[in-house]
Amino acid sequence: MRERSIAARRFKDLLVKILASLAALVGIAFLVWILYVVLARGVSAINWDFFTQRPAPPGMAGGGVGSAIVGTLLMTGLALLIGVPTGLLGGVYLSEFGQHNRFGEWVRFTCNMLMGTPSIIIGVFVYIIMVVPMKNFSGYAGAVALAVIMLPVVTRTTEDMLSLVPSALRESALALGAPRWKVTLGVVFRAARNGLITGILLAVARVTGETAPLLFTALNSPYWPQSLNEPIGNLTVTIFNYAMSPYPDWQAMAWGASFLITAGVLGATIFTRSLLWFRSYR
Amino acid sequence: MENLSSLEIDRERAATPTAAPAAVRGAEAARTSAVGAAPVKISTRNLNFYYGDHQALINNNLDVAANKVTAIIGPSGCGKSTHLRTYNRIFELYRNQRVSGEILLDGENLLDPSRDVLELRRRVGMIFQKPTPFSMSVFDNVAYGLKLHYKMSRSEMQDRVEKALRQSALWEEVKDKLDKPGMALSGGQQQRLCIARAVAVEPEVVLMDEPTSAIDPVATAKIEELITSLKENYTIVIVTHNMQQAARISDFTAFFYQGLIIEFGVTQKIFTKPVKKQTEDYITGRFG
Repeated sequence: MRERSIAARRFKDLLVKILASLAALVGIAFLVWILYVVLARGVSAINWDFFTQRPAPPGMAGGGVGSAIVGTLLMTGLALLIGVPTGLLGGVYLSEFGQHNRFGEWVRFTCNMLMGTPSIIIGVFVYIIMVVPMKNFSGYAGAVALAVIMLPVVTRTTEDMLSLVPSALRESALALGAPRWKVTLGVVFRAARNGLITGILLAVARVTGETAPLLFTALNSPYWPQSLNEPIGNLTVTIFNYAMSPYPDWQAMAWGASFLITAGVLGATIFTRSLLWFRSYR
Repeated sequence: MENLSSLEIDRERAATPTAAPAAVRGAEAARTSAVGAAPVKISTRNLNFYYGDHQALINNNLDVAANKVTAIIGPSGCGKSTHLRTYNRIFELYRNQRVSGEILLDGENLLDPSRDVLELRRRVGMIFQKPTPFSMSVFDNVAYGLKLHYKMSRSEMQDRVEKALRQSALWEEVKDKLDKPGMALSGGQQQRLCIARAVAVEPEVVLMDEPTSAIDPVATAKIEELITSLKENYTIVIVTHNMQQAARISDFTAFFYQGLIIEFGVTQKIFTKPVKKQTEDYITGRFG
């Protein structure tokens, strides 16, 4: 037996450290790059009209994406209303009741599949089940498509977060004579609160960037939304259309809208995180 | 009348020498009862417990004396924790379990399926190995159980919370931080908070499953002191790996081994003059 050279071990340690740091740097670099490009090109398009005006016809100066902002907020809001409670309850089922039974396994498997399903397929699916029978594109169909995309994300993160709550905590609450539903909502949810909120944010961030499912469902519209039962303007399809257009002012508007979405998701995440941080370290 | 006759039986039990050969003792006398003249709070009769095919408890018979501390000792996997978990039926959470026999709480079988388990758990509280404060304020932790079982005014609630915290020797340390998260307390304080939460609902029995095994020695001493003071109002059953702890705080001790109750009796006697060889081997550290 002979001792391994310490110098060789130090060198390997250093090598692994450098490689890992480089890989991390590549990931960060792309993110910063994207943020920089979107910011540099988008910021110039942003002015008061950008938020308050609806798109102007081609060739006419001015206009904004106000109607698309409202449409995106409306559809995302409705998708949250459908997707979050369903996802949370689904996650509760998987973690608290369906951990070991066959139905639970099926639900978990289906969720994983659904998470990996390309969003364009969900768009086509909702087109078939909603747009075709209702005979028009609508904000409702758009919201449903977004909710379907959210659902597995919320369900699986909820399950994961609830599974992290130690079972001793559940037992202590049950041992006090609490019924199961009160334990879940009052004790387990509270303990997992930060994780659950992160899951919801993740789902929101995921759907605010979706374009394909909305192309088939909400379509787009240059008008202010009157009801959710008609084609509705939204930021992502607007970006898609404007970016493909030959008009420089439309292209600038697309950059502006891209910046808005990125900043919106980033802002919402930072805001929620700092709120959670503030509440737990107060 | 009923009390008198049970006292009679208790005297008979006390008179029965535990050392008598099994063949001489009748079925009743064979019960590992040695609580003397103390009134019995919980009486376990022919308790068998199975996890799937594995029998975890074999024919357990044990009398828990009211307002005393009963310690359950034994090596890991001997069934002591399982035994404890039958008293509040928390075992019902686990998969593939089965139980037979009777556990009489004040003479009524608590294993009876028609019996309301929520009410049972109000009467039989439990403390766990690791402190389990809920993610809420110190005050809300203690009030949690109270709100489950009682409707009361805000001021009444404050009185009850204060009383529970005083009983748990925690009031002086937390009275200025009732609205701080329970998680922010130290480990020992968290465990006393859990004790306060359990005693707030005024249970009759408090079960403790290795309550100090995750706690430093100084905090452990405080909790042991607390347990001794609690027995004035509550019947306490404590599972512990720490034999010195059992010797220090308990009045009666049961030694479990491989699902069987090997020996049960007055703590001092178990630790100084154990009857069974296995008990002696365990308490002297020859195995376990």
